[in-house]
Amino acid sequence: MSEVAAKELRIVGFLCNWCSYGGADTAGVGRFKQPTDLRIIRVPCSGRVDPMFVVRALITGADGVLVSGCHPRDCHYTDGNFYARRRLEMLKRLLPFLGIDDRRFHYTWVSASEGARWQQVVTDFTTRLHTLGPLHKK
Amino acid sequence: MSTQKLKEIITKVLPDVETVICWQEGFDKLNVTPIFITSPEQVEKVVWNAACAQNLASYLPSQKKKVAVVVKGCDSRTVIQYMQEGLIDKDNVVVIGMPCKGIISKKKVQKAINNEPVEEVTYTDDSIKVKTPSGEKTIAIKDVWPSKCATCQYPTPIIADHLAADAIQSDKPADSVYADIAELEAKTLEERWAYFSSQFDKCIRCYACRNACPMCVCQDSCIAETRDPHWITQRMNFDEKLMFHMIHSLHLAGRCVECGECERVCPMEIPVAKLKKKINKEMKELFDYTPGVNPEDKPPMFVFNVDEAKIKEHKL
Repeated sequence: MSEVAAKELRIVGFLCNWCSYGGADTAGVGRFKQPTDLRIIRVPCSGRVDPMFVVRALITGADGVLVSGCHPRDCHYTDGNFYARRRLEMLKRLLPFLGIDDRRFHYTWVSASEGARWQQVVTDFTTRLHTLGPLHKK
Repeated sequence: MSTQKLKEIITKVLPDVETVICWQEGFDKLNVTPIFITSPEQVEKVVWNAACAQNLASYLPSQKKKVAVVVKGCDSRTVIQYMQEGLIDKDNVVVIGMPCKGIISKKKVQKAINNEPVEEVTYTDDSIKVKTPSGEKTIAIKDVWPSKCATCQYPTPIIADHLAADAIQSDKPADSVYADIAELEAKTLEERWAYFSSQFDKCIRCYACRNACPMCVCQDSCIAETRDPHWITQRMNFDEKLMFHMIHSLHLAGRCVECGECERVCPMEIPVAKLKKKINKEMKELFDYTPGVNPEDKPPMFVFNVDEAKIKEHKL
């Protein structure tokens, strides 16, 4: 059951295999209660996340997009998340200019041990999107 | 006259290079088209006037041998950006710089003469005289120039092996460059969305903006058309039009040299360059980077700092 009592939204999460996906797993193993609106896509590294993944998701029906990788300096591939940080920051500043609320897109860093932090990120982001409502009015 | 000087320089440079890329008169006086000079007798065809809008530097990455190219101030930034990205070898390119006080937008001139056929055009330093069947009309260049000329910071080429006229200093304030972006930023989210969605909805996906763009160097591999990866479909709806413009903007993040070719060639008069200018404005703020100004710089998306001074973590 979702933590948030409302019609479920479509949230896409791009999680790096080494830290954030592990962190989400830790949260699951620890049986931390989380909203179920997020659909996770596992990527090798946050550096794999092309800003166009986010744009394509938002255009084709997602209400929000979450990107999460290893903390800076902790990247499994040394520097993938450093590139990701620049790209995603650029996108974060471009989206509101186009007229898409930048609160629908969030990028953060969660390590494999931070199950509780992952729970917090998912809950907060989902709650934020529920206050914003659906992006696509059908 | 600087046209004479330009011809002299081309004649001098020609023996050392395979081709000189310059402008020649098109099907009428209002239209100018590129000329690839390989023999001295072609030099007579060279023209230089306010109609020389096309960014000839775009031809450089596809050249196999040593070439010379004639560039205006704005076009010279393209050459520098190519050098930054390793797309050209400067030893194989001779840059002939043409200081420029402003060019005309053909579309604006045609509107000013009610789309009548052009019989004769005379160019002077700051105006053009157009003769049509209904009479002559003198138009000031600053009334019909593209928006990039109104805020031009680089009237003289930043990089040039030869200069065909005296250097000109910019008389436009530096903070005027992003004034149009600031104006849009002052609007609400809904107003901006209404503006961009109505503009991009006009798109017919002819890809002229991409073909004219000097920094769109993927050519046949452009993901707007490939089937693998299949980023966009051929469906003619707003979502796919928006997606195409996002591909174009995001692939130019921190690379767009603001030459205005995309807007010049757009048949639907969409302000294609706005999103790219917005990204450039952010690149300036975040990384103090301006594309195509210093050959030693690295485009911001190609590099990183371990500690980014201006990127703060976002809180939920």
